[in-house]
Amino acid sequence: MALLEVKNLGISFGGLRAVDEVNLSIKKGQLFGLIGPNGAGKTTIFNLLTGVYQPTDGTILLDGVSIVGKSTAEISMAGIGRTFQNIRLFKNMSVLDNVKAALHNHEKYSLLAGIMRLPLYYSKERQMNKTAREILKVFDLDKEENYLASNLPYGKQRKLEIARALATRPKLLLLDEPAAGMNPNETAELMDTIRLIRDKFDITILLIEHDMKLVSGICEQILVLNFGTELANGTPEEVLNDPAVITAYLGE
Amino acid sequence: MKLVEYIIGQLINGLNAGSIYALIALGYSMVYGIAKMINFAHGDIIMVGSYALYVFIVLMKMPVIVAILLTIGFCAILGITIERIAYKPLRKAPPLAVLITAIGVSFFLQNASLLIFKANPIPFGTIIKVDAVNIGNISISGLTIVTLVVTFICMAILTLFINKTKAGSAMRAVSEDKGAAQLMGINVNRTISLTFAIGSALAAIAGILFLSQYPSLKPTMGALPGIKAFVAAVLGGIGNVPGAMLGGMLLGIIENTAKAYISTEVSDAIVFGVLILVLLLKPSGLLGKKRIEKV
Amino acid sequence: MKKNNTNQKINHNISVKNEKVNLNAIQKEKKAEAKSAFNIKNLVILLCIIAGYFLLAYLVEYRLNRQFKSLIVPIGANIILAVSLNLVVGFLGELSLGHAGFMSIGAFTGAIFTLNMNLPGNIEFFLAIIVGGIMAAVFGFLIGIPVLRLRGDYLAIVTLAFTEIIRSIINTLSLPAGKDKAGELIVKKGAMGLSGIETYANYTWIYIAAVISIIVVVNLVNSRQGRIITSIRDNHIAAESIGIKVSRYKTMAFVIGAFFAGVAGVINGHNLSSIKPVDYDYNRSINILVFVVLGGMGSIKGSIIAATILTLLPEVLRPIRNYRMLMYAIVLIAIMLINHSTWKSRLQGNNLLSKIFKKEQVSE
Repeated sequence: MALLEVKNLGISFGGLRAVDEVNLSIKKGQLFGLIGPNGAGKTTIFNLLTGVYQPTDGTILLDGVSIVGKSTAEISMAGIGRTFQNIRLFKNMSVLDNVKAALHNHEKYSLLAGIMRLPLYYSKERQMNKTAREILKVFDLDKEENYLASNLPYGKQRKLEIARALATRPKLLLLDEPAAGMNPNETAELMDTIRLIRDKFDITILLIEHDMKLVSGICEQILVLNFGTELANGTPEEVLNDPAVITAYLGE
Repeated sequence: MKLVEYIIGQLINGLNAGSIYALIALGYSMVYGIAKMINFAHGDIIMVGSYALYVFIVLMKMPVIVAILLTIGFCAILGITIERIAYKPLRKAPPLAVLITAIGVSFFLQNASLLIFKANPIPFGTIIKVDAVNIGNISISGLTIVTLVVTFICMAILTLFINKTKAGSAMRAVSEDKGAAQLMGINVNRTISLTFAIGSALAAIAGILFLSQYPSLKPTMGALPGIKAFVAAVLGGIGNVPGAMLGGMLLGIIENTAKAYISTEVSDAIVFGVLILVLLLKPSGLLGKKRIEKV
Repeated sequence: MKKNNTNQKINHNISVKNEKVNLNAIQKEKKAEAKSAFNIKNLVILLCIIAGYFLLAYLVEYRLNRQFKSLIVPIGANIILAVSLNLVVGFLGELSLGHAGFMSIGAFTGAIFTLNMNLPGNIEFFLAIIVGGIMAAVFGFLIGIPVLRLRGDYLAIVTLAFTEIIRSIINTLSLPAGKDKAGELIVKKGAMGLSGIETYANYTWIYIAAVISIIVVVNLVNSRQGRIITSIRDNHIAAESIGIKVSRYKTMAFVIGAFFAGVAGVINGHNLSSIKPVDYDYNRSINILVFVVLGGMGSIKGSIIAATILTLLPEVLRPIRNYRMLMYAIVLIAIMLINHSTWKSRLQGNNLLSKIFKKEQVSE
């Protein structure tokens, strides 16, 4: 059974049909790419999957359980983590605290334990620090753990956002243009990191990218969107050789 | 028959208070629509307008018409000045900073007039002297008629201005998308200034009408009508011009009914209750559009 | 093996870039990880608190004149108010103008409690503080639920309106003000306020209350819940995306803030001995906001210092008294403009400004 099963997903804003009849089936452990020109509805699909928008129609099953109608927070707890196209870090918090904030559902203690500094506070905080540092190390951010997030260079901010999403221990990680604004070197390096986290954290990844070449390098399956509808769906080779895709990208 | 007359009488009283709220609410709504901020100092413009009228008429012995026009002009310039000094440098600042600044401006206006005019209320005779009109057994005071007529004229002019003039369409464009408006060659700064000027002028008119009904000047006199007008703007849908009018009128009727049947103190609590209810049930207000936050 | 390779490659690439990393990055002190509450740092803090108390006692008993003695309790109460409002404004990032209203609820609840109970003084006062705080917290909860789900501006107006409403409601109430000598219940009109409240609030009480409220807020912001609260302030959309139930934690911070405002109200009432609803108005809320803004939003230390100085200043400099409120208004506008306006970046070459106004992270 697929980890994420989306059927006939659609949403309208007023009269505008932003996403229409989209089907997705992502297997566990897969690296899945979502591509398409600007305004094709890629980010809207992410927002639908994470409950920021409620779909007008269609079903979304995560591990066989419907997540339609759930709040963003509930969907995160159900196992979908995400990053944002325009980076959304907790800017005035330290790098370490950014990740620790995301651990809140896994290492819990009560308000009273925190205020009274009960032993539980110390043990849980230690555990959180340990886990957060392990995650930061994967992204080579461990040396900057005490920096304010806003003081990190751009590329590292993108990485921190992925680290934070991973800390919620998602089954499915949604990456919204993780390579946006990076140079070719940085992009190549980021793609290595993405493969690495897929293997290391044993999760499934759905990522949005503009760059067809780049996404075909790491994704096992690709869905091409155009004007909110499916244009093609298949392996990178199939998609790249699809005449419809070529037309959409290169024009007639 | 008596009951019907009584109800109509109360309704007219409600519309009377409501039209003043509507005039103030328009200022909140227009500024919110364009600058995406709640101008906390808006209520205090009413107070400044009232004192200005007092200075022009009583201290400087000017003719009433001239004093009224000067008051309106003074408030419009004050509105622009406030925007230029306090709000304009903060266009890109977080909303919390803008809000605190606006509260600072409100507090500044109150305390500046407290220093100038002292805390003791200054009595001020009404400047509107029109005879009451009797329709059947219902007597409508001249003041009420003037208030309703003035409000109606202001709204008609404003609606025409927004929908028919070039400056009006610039305003609508800026409230839709500041960046795009700028690219289309609209002078965004001037449009925002104009909005503050119009909002403040309307507040001045509301202040003059308010002062005619409650003829006493206090530095804090603008606060409560300001808050109530804000409730009216939210009730109608903040950022929406017809909504502000509708909300103002409705709120006036609600408040007046509460005053007539329960008590004056409780009526304030009821107005506040209306705000909570609207926020719970329909935060976008009666005529407001639901805004989707871009993620 | 392959994984290791990629790892090294990443390391290499980044360490090259590392050298260019922002020089003005604010690096927090690396915390030594304590294993329990019983560690050296806490012991030192405890000793400081005790020493502070003895210093205060010495000053009050031997050094200070009457005028300054009478300022000890107001300073402490203002510290509690400033620190608790900072939790809401600085850490949660929501503007509340209801602190005076919550104070009012605390003051009246506490006063009614001690006027009508016949318990031994200190026990009575302690219970009054708790009851007053809880009452304010309950009202905070009732207001917070509908309003905190919405965008920030609404909270400011609703809490401002709330303060006005509370005042007019207390004005219309009939308040039980204890029994007269014949054992008959005295009922007072709310507008007249309450008088004859025992002046239980002395420097010991206020010191304990202020220290506890500071510890609670500092510990809170450095806990799991505090991290959640600040993350909501920084980016509520991202906070939701990592599974934070935003309105729940907003309400939590707001209610805790209201509780301490109520506590300060009880203490204030038992210092002045007579209270009126009109004492707790809009101006009072703004006063407290000025402490927070001047001290720096998100800085507990700043709030404490600002509350102390601004309580002392009008007493020391009598002539500025009349202009105090006007100055406050200017402080609010000026600090926001300095911190956030476009000309801030131009001034930032001058390091002094950023040192004064930088957001301070509270370390444990």
